[in-house]
Amino acid sequence: MSSLNLNPSVSRRGLIAGAAGLGAAGILAGCSGNDDSAAAGSGSAPAAGTAFMIGGIGPTTGAAAIYGQAVKNGAQIAVDEINAEGGDIQFALNFQDDEGDAEKSVNAYNNLKDWGMQILVGTVTTTPCVAVSAETNADNMFQLTPSGSSTDVIGGFEDADGNISIPRKENVFQMCFTDPNQGAASAQYIAEQGLGTKIAIIYNMSDTYSTGIYDSFLAEAAELGLEIVSETSFTEDNQTDFTVQLNDAKNNGADLVFLPIYYTPISLILTQANQMGYAPKWFGVDGMDGLLTVEGFDTSLAEGCMLLTPFVATATDEATQAFVETYKGADYGDGETPNQFAADAYDCIYAIKQAIETAGLTPDADFSEICDGLVETFTSPDFSFTGLTTAGEAATWSETGEISKQPMGMVIQDGVYMPLDA
Amino acid sequence: MEFLANLINGMSLGSVYAIIALGYTMVYGIAKMLNFAHGDVIMVGAYICFCAVSYLGLPAIAGVALSVVGCTVLGIVVERLAYKPLRNAPSLNVLITAIGVSYFLQNAALLIMGSDPKSFSSVISLPALRLFDGALTISATAVLTILACVAIMVALTMFTGKTKMGKAMRACSEDRDAAQLMGINVNSTISMVFAIGSGLAAIAGVLMCLAYPTIMPTTGSMPGIKAFTAAVLGGIGSIPGAALGGILLGVIEIFARAYISTQLADAVVFGVLIVILLIRPAGLLGKPVHEKV
Amino acid sequence: MGINMLKPQTRSTIITYAIVIVAFVAVTLLDAMGLISHSLSGQLVPICAYVSLAVSLNLVVGVSGELSLGHAGFMSVGAFTGVVVAGCLTRFGIESELVLFVLSAVVGAAAAGIIGFLVGIPVMRLRGDYLAIVTLAFGEIIKNLLNILYVGVDDAGLHFSMRDSGSLGMSQGTILINGPKGAVGIDKISTFALGIVLVLITVAVVLNLMHSRDGRAIMAVRDNRIAAESIGINVTKYRLMAFTVASALAGAAGVLYAMNYSTVVPSQFDFNQSILILVYVVLGGMGNISGSIVSAAFLTVLPEVLRPINQYRMLLYAIVLILVMVVPHLKVYQRAAESLRRRFRKDSPEPAVAAEGGEADE
Repeated sequence: MSSLNLNPSVSRRGLIAGAAGLGAAGILAGCSGNDDSAAAGSGSAPAAGTAFMIGGIGPTTGAAAIYGQAVKNGAQIAVDEINAEGGDIQFALNFQDDEGDAEKSVNAYNNLKDWGMQILVGTVTTTPCVAVSAETNADNMFQLTPSGSSTDVIGGFEDADGNISIPRKENVFQMCFTDPNQGAASAQYIAEQGLGTKIAIIYNMSDTYSTGIYDSFLAEAAELGLEIVSETSFTEDNQTDFTVQLNDAKNNGADLVFLPIYYTPISLILTQANQMGYAPKWFGVDGMDGLLTVEGFDTSLAEGCMLLTPFVATATDEATQAFVETYKGADYGDGETPNQFAADAYDCIYAIKQAIETAGLTPDADFSEICDGLVETFTSPDFSFTGLTTAGEAATWSETGEISKQPMGMVIQDGVYMPLDA
Repeated sequence: MEFLANLINGMSLGSVYAIIALGYTMVYGIAKMLNFAHGDVIMVGAYICFCAVSYLGLPAIAGVALSVVGCTVLGIVVERLAYKPLRNAPSLNVLITAIGVSYFLQNAALLIMGSDPKSFSSVISLPALRLFDGALTISATAVLTILACVAIMVALTMFTGKTKMGKAMRACSEDRDAAQLMGINVNSTISMVFAIGSGLAAIAGVLMCLAYPTIMPTTGSMPGIKAFTAAVLGGIGSIPGAALGGILLGVIEIFARAYISTQLADAVVFGVLIVILLIRPAGLLGKPVHEKV
Repeated sequence: MGINMLKPQTRSTIITYAIVIVAFVAVTLLDAMGLISHSLSGQLVPICAYVSLAVSLNLVVGVSGELSLGHAGFMSVGAFTGVVVAGCLTRFGIESELVLFVLSAVVGAAAAGIIGFLVGIPVMRLRGDYLAIVTLAFGEIIKNLLNILYVGVDDAGLHFSMRDSGSLGMSQGTILINGPKGAVGIDKISTFALGIVLVLITVAVVLNLMHSRDGRAIMAVRDNRIAAESIGINVTKYRLMAFTVASALAGAAGVLYAMNYSTVVPSQFDFNQSILILVYVVLGGMGNISGSIVSAAFLTVLPEVLRPINQYRMLLYAIVLILVMVVPHLKVYQRAAESLRRRFRKDSPEPAVAAEGGEADE
């Protein structure tokens, strides 16, 4: 009996050793057979050397999976479209999961380097993006992020007192607005249109995106003389109950609530405000897009919500309609409606394609050459890009890596987005 | 008036914690294991109810019943496959297995249900009660949650106190070997506890999604941890303790947010927990364990 | 047979060091020959950090027998202190990366040790699951406080604030810690060699403590607190000693970790991170230092190895975790292992004796 009792611990060690051995074998196999992961990454990838190897990184599992999935699908659509056209430029896309974590993101980046990545589209969430952009900067790998919106991603941003935390990373560009840009634009919009006199803010203090917008909104609002009566926050860990934040806004007589957060908590805020009979004006940023497509959400709650966003899935222009249609197909979103992340990713691929054409690059060049060529093209004053998220106008990139596009003011009426100015 | 509103909201949030904590505490009391996958069973329960109502078009009550059945089965299956072989293993091994089950359920839900959140707000909606000319608004869900919590607690106390099965459970939690000697089938008793705990988790899941109507694969993990905290606060293994701990935790959380700082709410909640445990090292209603030499 | 002549304790110590050094030499050689993929070489430093964390947590969980669920909190104290120290020193003109790292690691470890000591005083009044929940609570409190901490440095010195980066009152300075945005723009000065040195130091500290008089007292308290107390061992002192040392080592590992990425944020060091480290310890075996080393390295690499299966990756990881725990306890497996061993013994009796000798050490 006693020998049987000893068994589990001894055999478990054997099991671990065996598993560790298998793991080690797997790594060594991974060294020699790097192409395996490429095959798994995307179905119809043209062979290396004839196609540009594009890597993507984002959370396809974990709490932020929705954003990673959207970017993955959006980028895949663009790549498939371009490859199907059969032009000179062909792409191979390999999208890797980072669970929204900086460490895993750097792992994913290294994994993609083993695969032979030449251009990086990503990462999706901000903190991993800051970590990965330091790596790409050291390697001189071109990086265009669809949604890493903090100024720390591109670097070189000075605050009001001239303090800098990161120098500019010349190889990194953004497809989305920067957070300060969005916050300031929101404050200006509210002031210009006279939307509210007493403003409340509810923001996510554990999220860089949200705090970034909040900070710049606050600064700009002070300058414009907007009265802010309530500032409350929540964290990732307690984003279920918002009654306290809403009560604070209500009791301070706020007639407009600014929500620089993503749409999942917004759907909760709207429901709870409705339950407590509080109906101010709601004003969101691009993170609010997606609210109407939450399955099972009572869209009447979102009636009258205003937001600044570069993309709405219900827009009537042909390109957007086609994109939304493809996205809903079984190969991509499988019935889901694309949000702005998907559209930004789609635009990223097309912007890169256009830049490659302009610069006359070929897929056999190494990633550093490609990076130099693309940086030069992106920052040249002649280069402009028009896509789903640029509101029909040509957007350009500055030396700082920021994109020059203007958000559209939208309001939700009868369950669809309508332009605010109309 | 604001105070009253906060109190009711706190009690409603706390009632959800309490129902989850009841499951934690029962499993701990009998199997002496921290079932970290309990929070994810809540998420499964919420998804089942959502699917039943919005895809199959069943009435809400049927959705709740289906999710209770589904979670009960899930609880028994998980117990059989993952925990039963470890009955005599060190408790930490069981803890790690439970964490593995938690990861498994979250990722399986991600693959099956997708990453986009689902909302309950159009599935089931209840009217709000307005008192004092609208100065105080109480949502019907808050009242329902609190009532459900009280009802479940009373029912469980009766069950463990009066029925044969309940007595067997208490016997097992007192001394498993002695219970076996007295002819109690320990294995089936433990399975029963998992079944009840998981069934409660399903109810908690539905109630939570009534009050906070968004479901994602990770929805259950944070309430799970909070409920674990609540169970320890009340004295782990004690049924009234879990209910008291849950409600107290909810009220403290809301009050800390309302009157101290929204930024430091978590720190305050955990700070209070530490102070209480330092004053009463076995939780509020836990029995102090006398160590024998 | 030479190694079998040694005392079992000495032998296991030698094996533990040998694992680390052989791994270091092997990786360095393979790297020199260009056989290491980017993926693996990028993980070398985090592996070292996790190994250190696992070994230090093993001191609390395995050796001292207390379940701690807040280890990531001490890691974050070390990480952020290290970032501040490195930021200040860079500002005041120190350029040697080695000096920067060593000073950051020492101060980071000291800060984490002090916090560990302060946290330990109330924690050690409790036992079992109550102790576990309080360590979890402290971990969450540390995370919450770091979330509202702003630190900057300019020529006038360090600036602290609990409100926002604007109220730091700096001019032409560098923001080192920016509240929820964490620390950004960290210079990457961690290397694999520094990581291995840290692992060796951690292992040396833990093993020496285990094999000293103090260590035997700690284990006596774990095995039977009342008996230990009755022979005059100061129970609280020894439990607190293990807890503080482990916190300091976790702080040093946090510095190593932070200095490998250009950014760290407080929300990274959450409950799940603590659980992850605990998994390494339990999988490697309670009080088994070499087991912690192997399991931490294995489990860190595992999700990367599983990358080719994409979305099923974390699902498979979960299944592996459950199987590793459950399979050794299945009757079928036990019978199979037993019959295998018997056959093995019949064929070659010599190694079987050695294996048995190994078991006797436990």
